[in-house]
Amino acid sequence: MTTTFTHNLNPDLTTLPGTNGIPDYDVAIIGCGVSGANIARRLSAYKVKVAVLEKAADVSFGTSKANSGIVHGGFHHNKKYLKARLEIQGNLMFDRLMRELDFPFKRCGIIVAALHEDEMKAVEHLYMQGVENGVIGIELCSRERILELEPKLSPDVVGGLYAPGGGIVEPYRFVFALVESAMKNGVHVFTNYRVEKAERDVPRNKWLITAADGRKINARYVVNAAGLFADEVSRIFGGESFTIKARKGEYYLLDRLTKARPERVVFPVPTSVSKGMLVIPTVEGTVLVGPTADITESKEDFSTTSERLEQILDSGRKMVPSLSRNDVITNFAGLRPVLEEDFYIEPSKVTPAFIQVAGIQSPGLTASPAIGEYVKDLLKNIGLELTEKSDWDPFVERRPRARELSPYELDALIAKDPAWGNMVCRCEQVTEAEIVEAIRQGHTTLDGIKYFTRAQMGRCQGGFCTFKIIKIIMRETGLSYEEITKHGGASRVLEGEL
Amino acid sequence: MRRELTCIVCPIGCSLTVTDKENGELEVTGNRCPRGAAYAVEEITAPKRVVTATCRLGPAGACSESDSKDPIYQRMRRHGLCDPRRLPVKTSAPCPKEYIDELLSEIYRTQVNPPVRRGDIIIKNWKNLGLDVVAVRALD
Amino acid sequence: MKELRYDAVVIGGGAAGMAAALEIDKAGFTCAIVEREDHLGGILMQCIHNGFGLHEFKEELTGPEFAERFAEQVAKSNIKVYLGTTVTDINVQTVQYEKELICASPDHGVLKITCKSVVLAMGCRERNRGNVRIPGSRPAGVYTAGLAQRLVNIEGYIPGKEVVIIGSGDIGLIMARRMSWVGCHVKAVVEIMPYPSGLTRNIVQCLHDFNIPLYLSCQTTNIFGNDRVEGVEVTPMENGALVPEKAFRIDCDTVLLSVGLVPENELSKDAGVELHPTTNGPLVDASLMTNVEGIFACGNVLHVHDLVDWVAEESRFAGKQAAAWLRGERPLHQVRVKAGPNVRYVNPGKLDPSRDNKVYLRSMIVKNDAVLELRLDNRVIKTIKKGHIQPSEMITLSIGPKELEGYTENSALELALL
Repeated sequence: MTTTFTHNLNPDLTTLPGTNGIPDYDVAIIGCGVSGANIARRLSAYKVKVAVLEKAADVSFGTSKANSGIVHGGFHHNKKYLKARLEIQGNLMFDRLMRELDFPFKRCGIIVAALHEDEMKAVEHLYMQGVENGVIGIELCSRERILELEPKLSPDVVGGLYAPGGGIVEPYRFVFALVESAMKNGVHVFTNYRVEKAERDVPRNKWLITAADGRKINARYVVNAAGLFADEVSRIFGGESFTIKARKGEYYLLDRLTKARPERVVFPVPTSVSKGMLVIPTVEGTVLVGPTADITESKEDFSTTSERLEQILDSGRKMVPSLSRNDVITNFAGLRPVLEEDFYIEPSKVTPAFIQVAGIQSPGLTASPAIGEYVKDLLKNIGLELTEKSDWDPFVERRPRARELSPYELDALIAKDPAWGNMVCRCEQVTEAEIVEAIRQGHTTLDGIKYFTRAQMGRCQGGFCTFKIIKIIMRETGLSYEEITKHGGASRVLEGEL
Repeated sequence: MRRELTCIVCPIGCSLTVTDKENGELEVTGNRCPRGAAYAVEEITAPKRVVTATCRLGPAGACSESDSKDPIYQRMRRHGLCDPRRLPVKTSAPCPKEYIDELLSEIYRTQVNPPVRRGDIIIKNWKNLGLDVVAVRALD
Repeated sequence: MKELRYDAVVIGGGAAGMAAALEIDKAGFTCAIVEREDHLGGILMQCIHNGFGLHEFKEELTGPEFAERFAEQVAKSNIKVYLGTTVTDINVQTVQYEKELICASPDHGVLKITCKSVVLAMGCRERNRGNVRIPGSRPAGVYTAGLAQRLVNIEGYIPGKEVVIIGSGDIGLIMARRMSWVGCHVKAVVEIMPYPSGLTRNIVQCLHDFNIPLYLSCQTTNIFGNDRVEGVEVTPMENGALVPEKAFRIDCDTVLLSVGLVPENELSKDAGVELHPTTNGPLVDASLMTNVEGIFACGNVLHVHDLVDWVAEESRFAGKQAAAWLRGERPLHQVRVKAGPNVRYVNPGKLDPSRDNKVYLRSMIVKNDAVLELRLDNRVIKTIKKGHIQPSEMITLSIGPKELEGYTENSALELALL
């Protein structure tokens, strides 16, 4: 049985050491997406008490679960930008992170395809930028070379660029692994903790942070990694006044069996607004096409639209002509937190002991490990003492996944625990044992289990397994049927009982 | 009076026409078989439907007996994800439409403790209407 | 790892699997059924409504009753049943037509079952929101009709209160009644075609009985709600195109999708079985054998049926043919069958001219006095009056030596609906 550190998930506040019954932390990180999770894990290597405050029912439920999952190639942005420097640095950290944290990651390479001669000028510019940024192995490709690298490209392609260091990752599995590692090393993670009020305790140099549900903690330093809501959090703490706009990106997801799966991530030539609509071979074997880029009024509008979806397929087909509507399994949308051209990562100039980590759009996921380093140094600069732990464990448990095991390995597991023989999700081959493990790791919503195990993500999209997962959640957590939700909050799945 | 309706006795679904004759009788046309004629008359005068529903199952809500000694049975019980929590039932004869809601309420309230055989009578001669509620599945 | 050996293995223990296995067992061969649920009967166990078995048993039965009649026969036979067991891999060996099935089960661990003949009877899955690409947000409360049926009929949970059902096929109609009977308010059934696709008797007893409006020629163009469904947008179609100006909203907290079924052929593909691009089921010859020697297919995995009676009939035949194949018997000649005008597909793809063949086809059109025409090598050899035809009602007929008289090696029999 795998050991878990979920006593560090939503720990009972009354049992924690503190002042006047309120637990004391050195650092509170607000938001548990890629940025927050990386910062938490980095800090977990030091003798500091860290709390991560996540407003949703599970970590990675914001922008970090609905994005392209790309580890970028380091050529899209000029190095004068912080985001470019952190992208390059972050990209290089992924191999080691994968070894330590066992999340799916593959350096499949990135291609930018030019579909006519004019576009080659833009490609050359990107190439030179990549060289300046120090990207290893970046090449400018002729038509012949690029078709050799990516045979699924349209024969209309005239040339392009190839960055072998680019790759693909399962972003939510990345965040889950970071959070598990952080918790294993003593970080406390609070979910359903929506920060509502922050009061400065001046004599004691602390922040008193109150959640919407009444929970309170103290923290000497605060990191605002609240994604789409970083502007609101900044306001609550008396920080800088800025506005985050949401820019929606819609995606199509295609079946594993599609003939249109490229080897590399295929980019078009970028526009001034976005990197364009890509064709992405996901690390799980499916294909993502998208994203679009439209400013959205509401920060909670994750709806997809038929106009955009048609656009996506058309755009994708220009580069990979074999993309077919028949292979579409589902679609989804993510919201980018738009602030300004560059990442806004610096200590607040107007409120004490507060680090802003806002406007983390692309290449946020790629840069996130480097953001962890960078913020750790910023905290040190503003006074946080960092003493390394001698017993910091960078590794997390390697968990077997039934679909990756040989029959003999699976047989051995079933002998120890019959739940390994119960194929709950047969589209993705996810066993009851893996679902129970997800629940024990704190993922008690249908979506949380989906992102952790891939159950409900396959061909039938939960048609056969959902009722079983609901029953397993009830059995393992003791929750009643009315408390089972899709993604927390009011997203109940059952309304009544006969 | 002339009414058009669709027969529901079998999947063909003949289009039936029912007319009032001067002598007070009802005439049915459009049916391919005598069951259709009977259905049409009944549908006009006293419409009825066969009702299917489910009753609650057993004390623990599942196929119980957690103290069976068989080790394989024990392992299966732990993973009783497929254990039904309801027993499917049907009426042995069509129920008058105006009573269906009441019948359903009673069925839903009824609890049946396994073992059950297919055909077991769960409610006998409900409201003296000449219909029983019977189990359609065996569960133990 | 346990290693087992049977003459034949049937994958799936629903109506199709049980019927096929019974025939193989009757023929004296060793046979196993591998079924991933903890019970036999497949999807029938959650179809607690009436209407099954009119042809097979000359009675009107509920789904569980139909299934149990077969399950009882299986219990009396020599068929070995593996419940709670999922086939994860099929490997077709080059030696002696052997197939190796790898299966996972909580009780037995991983099983390696070697056999000569495999009968595919895995049934079908439901098309979901992603397949039909309904735009909008992703709240809780969107279910396929089959999942809702499982939750209500077997688990005893009610998924919602105010329901809109997309699709007027029989599954959607049955659920309209079922949700009404458990106290929900079914506000509408929305159908994209200009005619309902379910049986008329179901329109009457599932919609009319409950005054549930049926919107024909309408598409669901948006689902609203962040956490839980709050409503849907329905847009009518005229001349095949959406008319957005006439779109209207229906408030609801639950959406049930009944938008079609797809045969489940992942394992078949693994085994190298070629699929028919229209049915998404395997291509089969007159013996219901796929392109892989000794692998047969029947029931919903071959093509989606509307009556389980035909599933049983087709599957008995598949079982008999699997047994014949095990005895070394193969049809001497086969005549190709084609789908002609207005015919969506015909199964099987070939006929054995030495005997009667049961043929199953689907129409592409709705028509009242339709005629089914058989043409052998472009010569009309038979005309059958069919009366009312519609795509959702499978047409069956028997074609035998009389019809195929004068065939040659390159002959093709075309079926046309006029």
